[in-house]
Amino acid sequence: MLCDREQAGHNVGHDAREADTLMATTVHTPASAGQAHRSGGPPASIGAKLRAPGFYRAAWLMLVGVGFATFLTWVIRMGTGHQTYHHYLDGEAIMILSLFTVPIAFLVGIGGFDYWAYWAAGRPTRPEDHSGHGAYSWKDYFRVNTDHKVIGIQYTVTSFFFLLVGGLLAMLMRAQLAQPGAQFVDAETYNSLFSVHASLLIFLFVIPVFAGLGNYVIPIMIGAPDMAFPRLNALSYWLLPLAGAMMLLSFLAPGGAFADGWTAYTPLSTDLPVGQMFFSVGVQFAGASSIMTALNFLVTIITMRAPGMSFFRLPLLVWANFATSLLVVIATPFIAASQFFILFDYTLGFHFFDPGKGGDVLMYQHVFWFYSHPAVYIMMLPGFGIISEVIAVKSRKPIFGYRMMAFSLLAIVVLGFTVWAHHMFTSGMAAWIRIPMAITTAIIAVPTGIKIFSWLATLWRGVLHLDTAMLFALGFLTTFTLGGISGVMLAMVPFDIHVSSTYFIVAHIHYVLFGGSLMTVFAGVYYWFPKMTGRMYDERLGKWHFWTTFVFFNLTFAPMHIVGMEGMPRRVATYATKFADLNLFISICSWLLGLATLIFIYNMVTSWRGGPRTGNNPWRGMTLEWQVSSPPPVFNFDRVPTVVGGPYEYGVPGAVHGIFAPAPVPATVGAGGSASPGAGGSG
Amino acid sequence: MPSRSAIVGTIVAALAAVAIGIWLSFEIHWFPVAATTQAHNTDRLYHVLVIASIPIFVLVVTVVLFSVWQFRMKPGEELKDGPPIHGNTRLEVFWTALPAALLLGLVSYSFVVLYDNEKKPAGVPEVQIGVIGQQFFWTFEYPRSVTGGAPIRSYELYLPEGDTVYFNMRSRDVIHAFWIPAFRLQEDVVPGITTHYRATLDRLGSYPVVCNLLCGSGHSLMRSVAHVVTPARFQLWLRSQTGKSSSVATASTGGASATASTSSPASLSTTLRSASSRDALRPGAGGS
Repeated sequence: MLCDREQAGHNVGHDAREADTLMATTVHTPASAGQAHRSGGPPASIGAKLRAPGFYRAAWLMLVGVGFATFLTWVIRMGTGHQTYHHYLDGEAIMILSLFTVPIAFLVGIGGFDYWAYWAAGRPTRPEDHSGHGAYSWKDYFRVNTDHKVIGIQYTVTSFFFLLVGGLLAMLMRAQLAQPGAQFVDAETYNSLFSVHASLLIFLFVIPVFAGLGNYVIPIMIGAPDMAFPRLNALSYWLLPLAGAMMLLSFLAPGGAFADGWTAYTPLSTDLPVGQMFFSVGVQFAGASSIMTALNFLVTIITMRAPGMSFFRLPLLVWANFATSLLVVIATPFIAASQFFILFDYTLGFHFFDPGKGGDVLMYQHVFWFYSHPAVYIMMLPGFGIISEVIAVKSRKPIFGYRMMAFSLLAIVVLGFTVWAHHMFTSGMAAWIRIPMAITTAIIAVPTGIKIFSWLATLWRGVLHLDTAMLFALGFLTTFTLGGISGVMLAMVPFDIHVSSTYFIVAHIHYVLFGGSLMTVFAGVYYWFPKMTGRMYDERLGKWHFWTTFVFFNLTFAPMHIVGMEGMPRRVATYATKFADLNLFISICSWLLGLATLIFIYNMVTSWRGGPRTGNNPWRGMTLEWQVSSPPPVFNFDRVPTVVGGPYEYGVPGAVHGIFAPAPVPATVGAGGSASPGAGGSG
Repeated sequence: MPSRSAIVGTIVAALAAVAIGIWLSFEIHWFPVAATTQAHNTDRLYHVLVIASIPIFVLVVTVVLFSVWQFRMKPGEELKDGPPIHGNTRLEVFWTALPAALLLGLVSYSFVVLYDNEKKPAGVPEVQIGVIGQQFFWTFEYPRSVTGGAPIRSYELYLPEGDTVYFNMRSRDVIHAFWIPAFRLQEDVVPGITTHYRATLDRLGSYPVVCNLLCGSGHSLMRSVAHVVTPARFQLWLRSQTGKSSSVATASTGGASATASTSSPASLSTTLRSASSRDALRPGAGGS
């Protein structure tokens, strides 16, 4: 596969469309220099290795980062005087400052800023480092690379690494909860386990894995050669492992990892050991990454669509990521703010949330949920997009009600910002707020319902290809409906008052994020695996993976509804003996659920290495990504495609979505060019 | 098109599934025993919600299973496409409007229940009880208006059956949540503000009191007991407590009824707090 990629790369190399390709950037030297660099020269000396962008340079720069943090602590403490600080050098202060300096030093070290630094300094930029596209060996996946397809795979693989880690933490939690009474870890460690579990899976898995899949397919789907800002794209990827490493390394912090859940409610979070700051700072990096990618998606989708690709000819995955990116850009700054508040409260005594000093405890929750409720949709809408792709192609039918599918996404974006306080029905906030928030929470189920019913109608009278991706899509329909129903129940204030913060909530959120988001991720990975690798996965193992996941998922999380309503709180290291039987059952099922993921990993790894080669379009999809080679050429298209119809015209005789017309564009297309959104052919 | 018999059979099966689901929803033991009028209202709301949800869930699952059964690709159809149906405006309006109406109906009903649960009872005086949450135990305060004498503090909750109690909840440190599952009521206990809720007790018995918001390492052990007793016994208990309220307040000795709870929560709390204290673990904590 790798040599395929290399060939494709050389074939396409750089043609007249180079300027289009990097329309948002400036190319100072011909990209051919990049090819020379790739082929590798004589082995570099130690000094050259330490100077060249890469992990060696990152390593020593990170040490410099710690030194700088130390120096800064010393200077500030000197400057403010000895009365204020008992020590000029304080281990914890240095550690917290290092949480900022070391990641930035790492980014500088691997070359994330090289291009801009060279450009700013007026030196010749080195596009061989940062305008170079494509991966030519596995090592290229460990370098700063600006090809959206490389970045997509980097994102996806990194996210799955954190899925495994987060899942492992969940299995450890279930070991603790298998029996009442502490038998495995102490309460403090248990609190850390579920806090890191949730934080990793939210910030390092669900959100970025969608950014990864989107990164890979969106530019190809809209007929663009890359993202609008390829270097920003690379930088936003590399922020991600930093955030993940920070959250994991918090286990080594004095006092243990952060232990206030992923919600980090004050005043507990400002009262915990320093590990909590690893969350506060880690979220800044994950959030920054998220915002950068969202901006990139928005600009790419708005400005880089192929001729004829009006908004209403966009595949719904693109619509979904467009909607998600709007949410990310508007909402994510709020969680950044909430965590900066905590950081300042903890380190500098700002007392934002200390009622004794004029602070307001509930304010934190409002700011936090103003992000974290839209975040639920950030974690779900791209999955809706994936399901639309999979169901249309595998049912061999157009998506039912395409325009309503697109509008319902936008409705969710708007309504998603009006429901945040339903997380706070029992928080002690002003009682009247519950009324409007309950109404909007109930109403937001309407656009979601429209999507469910439209998918069902798409299945109707189709020709269903029940392969792994489709099974995950159908499994998603059932589990997500259940998660949606329990969500509507939670909108009902008196019921929410009883089950708020119980295992019912744990069940609901896992039906939405595991039964919802993760199922769509699996569907998407199976669906685009042939495109990404040029090889086919093992269908039999895929089906095993689906059935084990589906069965054990339901066996794990369905009983949690009952346990919660019966009175078991979440986030407890031990519980009343009357819950013992169900909890043991849940624990056993959860371990089997975890093991089921190994089937997936095995299937992916072996199929990538040695799966049978597949054609360019094994699913007979109409969207543009299936019209190019597998894996796609470095700049995606040898010819700029022209879009002449809707993306899901299955069953329409002679329908075409995109054509690869020769240079003179047919006269018919000029009329319905890219600037006329009404020209869509699928309504 | 699928055959008529297949469709009819599926509809019958789906209706049967709905019936079984509704029957099951009454058979399943969802809730702990209900000890307040609020609990009965909430349980009824839940059953209405379940009954409204089951047909929707069955509908989705039925359509999925029916499609899998009837529309799955048969040998020879590898290259076949389905009919190009792009939508049906009438159908789309229907499945937008109907769920919206259903949801607004349900949420309106929930507001009725909420109003009933929270309204002040007419005529009857309320028993005002102070609740103090701190890491990791509860303290309950009975003011003069209740005791008729000196205020009382207790580590277990005693409540008179038949009366409406009004809890005034405060926190000494971080946020807790005062949850009594048998009452179906909870509210966060937030530093800096006093939160409230109201419970009308209608069943004798002892029920767990649970802290339901993560409050630190001892969170899962922050429990107490609520005893709902007859009004006569309640008065008896109040009188038995008034004499030694000062000693209870200092947590040095326990009364007869609260022996287990007077010493244990405080000592547990001390142990856990010292283990989790931020200053104890901070390197160079000298006093910054």
